[in-house]
Amino acid sequence: MEISTATFKANAKQALHDPNLQQALGHVRVGFIEKRARAAAALPEFDEIRDAARDIKNHTLQHLDLYLEAYEEKVHAAGGHVHYAETAGEARELILSICRKAGARTVTKGKSMVAEEIGLNEYLEENGVEPVETDLGEYIIQLRHEGPSHIIAPAVHLTQAQVEESFRKAHTALPPDRDLSEPTSLLGEARGMLRQRFLAADVGITGANFLVAETGTSVIVTNEGNGDLTQILPRVHVVIASIEKITPTLNDVSEILRVLARSATGQDMSVYTTFSTGPRRPGDPDGPDEYHVVILDNGRSEMLGSGFQDALRCIRCGACMNHCPVYHAIGGHAYGWVYPGPIGAVLTPKLVGVDEAGDLPNASTFCGRCEAVCPMRIPLPKMMRYWRDREFERHLSPATMRYGIGFWAFFARHPRLYRFATRIAARALANRAVDRGRFTSLPLAGGWTSHRDLPAPEGRTFMEMWAKRKKAA
Amino acid sequence: MSARDTVLGKIRRSLHVDGNDAGRRTAVAARIENAPRSIVPERGQLPREERIALFTAMAEKVSATVARVASEDDVPSAVADFLRSHNLPASVRMGDDRLIAGLPWERTQIDVRRGPSDGDDPVGLSHAAAGVAETGTLVLLSGGENPTTLNFLPETHIVVVRADDIAGDYESVWDAVRAKYGKGVMPRTVNMVTGPSRSADIEQKLLLGAHGPRRLHIVVLG
Repeated sequence: MEISTATFKANAKQALHDPNLQQALGHVRVGFIEKRARAAAALPEFDEIRDAARDIKNHTLQHLDLYLEAYEEKVHAAGGHVHYAETAGEARELILSICRKAGARTVTKGKSMVAEEIGLNEYLEENGVEPVETDLGEYIIQLRHEGPSHIIAPAVHLTQAQVEESFRKAHTALPPDRDLSEPTSLLGEARGMLRQRFLAADVGITGANFLVAETGTSVIVTNEGNGDLTQILPRVHVVIASIEKITPTLNDVSEILRVLARSATGQDMSVYTTFSTGPRRPGDPDGPDEYHVVILDNGRSEMLGSGFQDALRCIRCGACMNHCPVYHAIGGHAYGWVYPGPIGAVLTPKLVGVDEAGDLPNASTFCGRCEAVCPMRIPLPKMMRYWRDREFERHLSPATMRYGIGFWAFFARHPRLYRFATRIAARALANRAVDRGRFTSLPLAGGWTSHRDLPAPEGRTFMEMWAKRKKAA
Repeated sequence: MSARDTVLGKIRRSLHVDGNDAGRRTAVAARIENAPRSIVPERGQLPREERIALFTAMAEKVSATVARVASEDDVPSAVADFLRSHNLPASVRMGDDRLIAGLPWERTQIDVRRGPSDGDDPVGLSHAAAGVAETGTLVLLSGGENPTTLNFLPETHIVVVRADDIAGDYESVWDAVRAKYGKGVMPRTVNMVTGPSRSADIEQKLLLGAHGPRRLHIVVLG
């Protein structure tokens, strides 16, 4: 997927003026938040389970090398193949070579963020293999040649009318006067179109929510059933997953499942949670003949032992973006790459470089809702602050901002001078704004005042009022 | 150096650990061997009848329908009733499962077909190895007895589960799977199914019947 993180500010401005996007985002601002809150409230042990889930992942990450070895051994024992890829390019080549060996012309795909991360579709297409996305949202955005704008709801940026328009443009064999005014008719049409593709595909590619060391199993969590048809109908099943998906046991997976769907869609459990182990067994009437797992690093091993290790606990539920006021305002595409929202602001600078994506960690009000709802208790604001420090140290932020912060920092380190200066400033500003108590414009503060008024200070600083109160008491 | 060794080496360097550290190896082996349980919600630990009631309520909450029959011989007529009341064709595909294949289907008008589905069957019938009360979830195991395609291709999926096999929590189901297949061994596919297929990808509107079945009917036996 093309990276446009460097033009974040322009992307965001454009998003704010896109009426379709703004209409579509209205559904995110309410739906996801209410559903998660209801599901969490209905399970008394929810917060305790979040702690337990966090502890499971912490233990796993601390022993990741050994759990990977144990997992690999079990996959082999079940007749499957494990391939490692250090980079996105290696992963793409591995998958293409599996497709070529299978003589594949078309591959069906279940929704996978890691496949988006490595740009798998473009690569397969360039090399003569046609990828067919089968998740409804992914199918829609594939028709429109767009990337996902949300990690669990890839087409959340679109209105129903836009989906209808894309279907009419793509499904030209169907009668042009058919009625597509209801969402169910759109769903039915996609179901019909994709059913043929499922049955014809040579290879099925899915992601994985978990890789289980106890049994060598890959687990996918879906609602539509497309991931299952992707992996049981073709002759070859390929799983693409990143290293941190490893989970020690089936019981550990079960515990994390208790917070995954509740945090994501507000369901108690997703419709299909599927555990796949190796190829079909002797006597099995269905299932793939070959089973491959491609395990991707792509920079994650460097996050271990660093301030970003906790971000590897992420189970990709999307709760952080569902609750983010910045995501609500601009949607996912503005973030410029695969992972939007707070988790994207943390992961993207690591995966594509802070020079490219330094603006993302600044796209935060630090309201803390992301951390408050994260089922894995990832300290997202702390990590965004860390990136901001890095950006400042490396002189990547704009000069005016750097001087401004430097100026403030000087005063902050000299408290007497700070108090003296703020006293003068508070009085001066109070005098100037004496009529209305607010400023509609102010030199050097145009970024604020061109959108809203700046309330004027009332003449006394907090420290002065505090001292006065203490005296009076 | 292979990509595998490079990745494992990078992980160890970042964590400042040694792959041969006996203490770490023991900790990992013990966790896999013992598979400790973390927190199991109270609702996952109810006595039998309350457990079945919770299973039913949770399954109905996610738009499945549930019927309960007293004996095996009642299953075919319960299936026939369901098909008739939904105006569905009296034609059912199933695998070689000992419980459901051996039932007196000849007492109904239902046309029984055997084996995996190729996508042309209106109704699939399966026997679930277990149910999970805490979320109204069915657990289906792959194989000739209950082909996995039956869980996904037909528009209607009817699943028989024994009341005795309805567990409170997921962990109890894994104990049963370990007992049946051996520790560390799984059938090719274990499907946990919670309600019929759905999608909310168009403007967050919840629609049933995305790629999998539009209807899920559960027959609790016993």
